[in-house]
Amino acid sequence: MNIQLNGESKALSANASVMQLITELGVADKRLAVEINEEIIPRSRYEQHCLQQDDQVEIIHAVGGG
Amino acid sequence: MSETTANSNKDPLNIGGVDYDTRLLVGTGKYKDMEETRLAIEASGAKIVTVALRRTNIGQNPDEPNLLEVIPPDRYTILPNTAGCFDAKTAVRTCRLARELLDGHDLVKLEVLGDEQTLYPDITATLEAAETLVADGFKVMVYTSDDPLIAKRLENIGCVAVMPLAAPIGSGLGIRNPYNILTIVENAEVPIIVDAGVGTASDAAVAMELGCDGVLMNTAIAGAKKPILMASAMKKAIESGREAFLAGRMPRKRFASASSPIDGLII
Repeated sequence: MNIQLNGESKALSANASVMQLITELGVADKRLAVEINEEIIPRSRYEQHCLQQDDQVEIIHAVGGG
Repeated sequence: MSETTANSNKDPLNIGGVDYDTRLLVGTGKYKDMEETRLAIEASGAKIVTVALRRTNIGQNPDEPNLLEVIPPDRYTILPNTAGCFDAKTAVRTCRLARELLDGHDLVKLEVLGDEQTLYPDITATLEAAETLVADGFKVMVYTSDDPLIAKRLENIGCVAVMPLAAPIGSGLGIRNPYNILTIVENAEVPIIVDAGVGTASDAAVAMELGCDGVLMNTAIAGAKKPILMASAMKKAIESGREAFLAGRMPRKRFASASSPIDGLII
């Protein structure tokens, strides 16, 4: 299946969880926040929340700003 | 307060129920690297530090230091901002992501911008976003124009601090409308923090002498030739401006008034 990750298309195995996605991306140990279709996925649900075809996924982190 | 110094714990800045022993708030943008960011923030003595939220660069620089490792949330109060948001919905969405990112931390800096050139706040959108965020349990520190009526409305909505600009963001022009800032301060029952426009130490001191409760700045430090030295200068300016405000300045007079006694002159 395909998802939109931070505005770009990404292929992913069917029914992958959020945890599988961030592990595959190598960011599972980073401090970040995940939003799917404009809904926040709490960290406690990364294991159980499965991604669907065409999900709009945003992964954000803190950067320098004023 | 007693006639000692203002930077002791006797004169704390209270934001959303928490006391801070410093009145300088700083941003983390525009530094040359993470090490300079860390050193400048340390030199500033700031405890409330703003960050922005952006998409994680997937697959790029995986070993790049994370900002929150350089300014750890257990040592600093992280103040996520909504910089770059040009509508209320995006600003609210950004604050909710920040709350998740920071494990439920609910203090945010709301800014809804109206225009790329001036980065002036879109006031109607700011009011709308502030109402939504306050209702959602956020403690909102809000960037706004130097309009006293709007500042009061934002306070009435329930914002924990109102942050009027001194001059456009990143302009370094100093306090362009001190009388408006003064009016905002006089009418306020929440902390008033000048946010944006400060260029050098004297600008920060002027803000504090007007009675502002604090100053939030980024470019004035990061854009200096020697940012770490400027951070130290700003720390002192905030402290001396605060003490001068508490001390109460002498009245202005048009003509001279001798400091040495008139009596007992030899001729």
